[in-house]
Amino acid sequence: MRVVLSWLKEYVDLDGVAVETLVERWTQAGLEVEGVERIGDWWDRERLLVGAVTAVHPHPNADRLVLADVDYGAGAPHRVVTGAPNLLPLREAGALDRPLKVVFAREGVELFDGHAAGWHKVVLKGRPVRGVMSDAMVCSAKEIGLSDDHEGILILDDGAPVGRPLADVLGDVVVEVAITANMARAMNVVGLARETAAILDRPLRGVDPATGAPLGGAGAEGRGAPRAAGSTPPPAPAATAVVADDAGDLCAVAIEAPDLCPRYTARLVRDVRLGPSPEWLRRRLTLAGMRPIKNVVDVTNYAMLEWGEPLHAFDHDKLVARAGGGVPRIVVRRAAPGERMTTLDGVDRALDGDTLLIADAAGPVAIAGIMGGADTEVDDGTRHVLLEAAAFDFINVRRTSRMLKLTSESAARFGRGVHPALAETGAARAAALLSELAGGRAVGTVADAYPRPPAPVLVTLPLRDIRRTLGVEVPVDAVLGILERLAFDLTHHVDGATGAITAVEAVVPPHRMDVALPVDLIEEVARVYGYDRLPGTRMADPLPPQRDNPTWEVDEAVRDALVAAGLQEAISYRLVAPRAEARLVPGAGDADAGGTPEHVTLRNPISPERAALRRSILTGLLEATAGNLRFRDRVALFELGRVFHPRPGEALPDEPRRLGVVLTGAAEAAGWRTGGGRKLDFYDAKGAVERVLAALEVDAAWSPGRHASFHPGRTAEVRSGDAVLGHVGELHPLVRRQWGLGDDPVAAADLDLDALERAAGRVRPFRPFSVYPAMLRDLAVVVDEAVAAADVEAAIRRAGGALLADVVLFDVYRGAQVGAGKKSLAWSLTLQAPDKTLEGKVADGARARIVKALERELGAAAR
Amino acid sequence: MRIDEVQRQRDAALAALDAVDDAAALEAWRTAALGRASAVAALLGQIKAVPADERPAFGAAVNAARQALEAAFEARRAALEARALGEALGSDRIDVTLPGTLPPRGGLHPVTRALRRICRIFADMGFQVYQSREVETDDLNFTLLNTPPHHPARDMQDTFYVTDDVVLRTHTSPGQIHAMREHAPEPLRIILPGVVYRNEKITARSEIQFTQIEGLAIGEGITMADLKGTVENFVRRLYGPDRAVRFRASYFPFTEPSAEVDVSCMLCGGRGCQICKGGGWLEIMGCGMVHPTVLANGGYDPDRFTGFAFGGGVERVALLRYGIDDIRHFWANDLRFLEQLR
Repeated sequence: MRVVLSWLKEYVDLDGVAVETLVERWTQAGLEVEGVERIGDWWDRERLLVGAVTAVHPHPNADRLVLADVDYGAGAPHRVVTGAPNLLPLREAGALDRPLKVVFAREGVELFDGHAAGWHKVVLKGRPVRGVMSDAMVCSAKEIGLSDDHEGILILDDGAPVGRPLADVLGDVVVEVAITANMARAMNVVGLARETAAILDRPLRGVDPATGAPLGGAGAEGRGAPRAAGSTPPPAPAATAVVADDAGDLCAVAIEAPDLCPRYTARLVRDVRLGPSPEWLRRRLTLAGMRPIKNVVDVTNYAMLEWGEPLHAFDHDKLVARAGGGVPRIVVRRAAPGERMTTLDGVDRALDGDTLLIADAAGPVAIAGIMGGADTEVDDGTRHVLLEAAAFDFINVRRTSRMLKLTSESAARFGRGVHPALAETGAARAAALLSELAGGRAVGTVADAYPRPPAPVLVTLPLRDIRRTLGVEVPVDAVLGILERLAFDLTHHVDGATGAITAVEAVVPPHRMDVALPVDLIEEVARVYGYDRLPGTRMADPLPPQRDNPTWEVDEAVRDALVAAGLQEAISYRLVAPRAEARLVPGAGDADAGGTPEHVTLRNPISPERAALRRSILTGLLEATAGNLRFRDRVALFELGRVFHPRPGEALPDEPRRLGVVLTGAAEAAGWRTGGGRKLDFYDAKGAVERVLAALEVDAAWSPGRHASFHPGRTAEVRSGDAVLGHVGELHPLVRRQWGLGDDPVAAADLDLDALERAAGRVRPFRPFSVYPAMLRDLAVVVDEAVAAADVEAAIRRAGGALLADVVLFDVYRGAQVGAGKKSLAWSLTLQAPDKTLEGKVADGARARIVKALERELGAAAR
Repeated sequence: MRIDEVQRQRDAALAALDAVDDAAALEAWRTAALGRASAVAALLGQIKAVPADERPAFGAAVNAARQALEAAFEARRAALEARALGEALGSDRIDVTLPGTLPPRGGLHPVTRALRRICRIFADMGFQVYQSREVETDDLNFTLLNTPPHHPARDMQDTFYVTDDVVLRTHTSPGQIHAMREHAPEPLRIILPGVVYRNEKITARSEIQFTQIEGLAIGEGITMADLKGTVENFVRRLYGPDRAVRFRASYFPFTEPSAEVDVSCMLCGGRGCQICKGGGWLEIMGCGMVHPTVLANGGYDPDRFTGFAFGGGVERVALLRYGIDDIRHFWANDLRFLEQLR
């Protein structure tokens, strides 16, 4: 919200309070200041003054220029040459009956160049214009930086004091304040004045109870209002307005949906003259961020910004005409099925059964609290204005606003809650302003339907709860002072024995719709007392039971193992396109773009690319691999995270945790000692996974397996006991092509972290190692291609028995020497006895036993 | 006479040694001067021909000559070795400026690194990690956190919906309810890291997916002063002991009183710069005392228990630490980004 300080100062005395102090205290107390705009802080106080054009004469040598005599409080008027389009019509006028108040600039002053595009400052220098010397000027709004308007000079209000520095009259400060959801009360000038008065402990200024107008204040001075002291009493929640006896002839109101509309009032102002608003009002609306339109609309907006009560102005004649010349009968009701209306933005809207309407006999005239209808809108022919001031259920306003995708200043306020008690004052203020500024004649309230005055809210706060919550003793006087300044009406509960106050019972003022619980009052005390006055302490409370978190620990161990193996962690969007995931399966590259039943899909995605939650951990990794391969020859990535699988009949999906690994490209980083150009493949991924298994102390077994994305002949299933831990493989060539991943193998792993967690922690007890020398024997055996190396190794270990300390495969050979369909596996055997030095013949005997076993069990032939 | 011969032979051999200049020549000299066919050996062979009374003197002379030659050989060998080593050291030079040999290097994602630092600090204060699901019911994400349907605070968070009642969690706060219901009425001290989702435009400053970490402490004597002390301790350990920390009133439906926490800008020291938009303060987390309604929804009696909660974005920690200008780097998985920050 844009807070215009001159406006605020009409309601709260801020004399002597620096803007910086205000900004700091507001921010501390929950009104976060997002920016400060200083209007006219650069204006030269000596050379930029309020002037009065007392006479206009023709320029002797130019038709499109005039000479204006400007009184700026320095004795004789000063003559300036100007071509301002709004003075030109007065060229023959001579002395003016009603001098025009203007901005008068003297030589040497710095101003914006009104003629140049953009914003450039220039220094005013005297020079002859068509033979007449001109060393001063009257300024446009653009020249003093107020707006980009350079269509004529700025005409000030008649009350502007001649000779005063412009900075004192038009200078202002606008503070941008972020209003949180609980601060609806501060979304208007009066509400913010109340807050400010409480926070800074400053007095509120008086308000005329009949009109809601400020009785005095710094900003009002320029408009000639009298000063007075006083306060702004909150209106009584249940009081209805005084309605004139003959009002029933002017308008009748019936509320058919009191659950959605606790109050509806109507006020009539007769004989208004539509036209532009005065400069001061236009300026304030502009500074507050609203566009001035015409006086009737501007006044309703002004009253809304000031009091927080959104108002709507109907053309009373149009209502009468719709009533066939009779008394307009306003009905507040839910929309009928299929009902439509055209709002004043010109849009024809379909309404639903929960849309609350303001209607008359001829149909809807407004969507309650959101926007009026085009048919009864105020226009240049309007004579009598019927002002609506009402209260609506905030939830329904929010719902309707969302349903219609229609927002307005009114909806923003009603949507946060406006108390019915505020209706009177807001409407009174607008009516008074219409009388003052549009020549209207306020008839008064003509209808006040108030079927459901809210019960007063009472909250009892035991004072010890303040310490229990805040951890600090706030002095009782401070507590009472803060709550009283915030307009809570307090009753003290006193301990009979000690006389101490033990609790307060607070009557909540109507503008505080956010307060219902004791903790709400504690917050009030804390934020006004100041969070900066709370100490910072270490918790004295007992430490809760401390527990292991295997899930977290497994994740962290996996990360460390893979980083040590040279892989980089990635984190991807979990939101993907189902179409992209279809590319994980061979031959599905051009599958339908729509969501598939297997995905958790969003109802309101930001784009088709981010429309569903991933099913596979590989999706993001492959996308990242494709991206990085554009400028890297080696990509080695892993990612941990949830994937999402809908469960039939369940609202929430399954969210298993997965580990993905992708490796492709050069096995070694390019360097001056590397070479050979080996490419990463299945065995690199397997090695990385073996590191993970070792780190987690998992006993795993590898066997050929199947994975939808992997090459059928290059896929391993990793198991631990009966549990499948996942798969390691090389991408299916078609999948690789579908992801645009080039010609190198792409090795990948897709593992189940939940299963890994369950399999982890199989501690292998320490085995004493032999201190006696070991014998090394090599063994090369030829086997069929179909025989798995793991089976050969297992047979070697079985046959080697206790003497076989280690076995390492050091060569795999295929070729002419072993024949087609065969392969040679060369093993290095380490033979060692636990208790003595092994003799060579014993080692030879062991090797022979192993060869025999391999021949017998696997049809192997020793080479 | 014979002794003269011994000395002459010795002197001749020593003279020959002077000319020896490499290892091969030295070995040849040793064979010639000290080997079986050497003059010294020949002289020793003649000992039986020496008259018995001269034998001791002759033997002693021959031994002395042999020892002198052996000593000279050792000296020469050492000298030659020293010279050879010196030459080798002079010539076996390498270019020590060539790059070192390294195995390929892996690395953690910067978000993981930031999370680890944060979790370590809170672990020291007894906070344990608690994680929960990412797709949640509307009830857990909002209503049980004191944000019923159509509550104005729902405007604060643009939500991805799966169905009317199922959302992608907009914060890790549903985990607070899970943890409370799991452990009430035990005291609780947990941090909740995790991925959360917001339906926003993806720009340099806003993302649809980000990492949040929340904290929750519940007990019979937890106060807002404790919250302040805990957060101050955390912030100063994370951002440095000289950082000023500011608490100011704010609003969250699930805490009351609520606060925003600002830290004095670490880039300009609080004087005001582009990063802190001139204000000297950086907003780093929201916090507050757990709302009684939320405590009750979690199974704790609000008349007996109080609690505090806090939460903030993890990417922001990395953004500030490394001066990253665009939040979109985090999920792009571009190695040029990841490898700089690991």
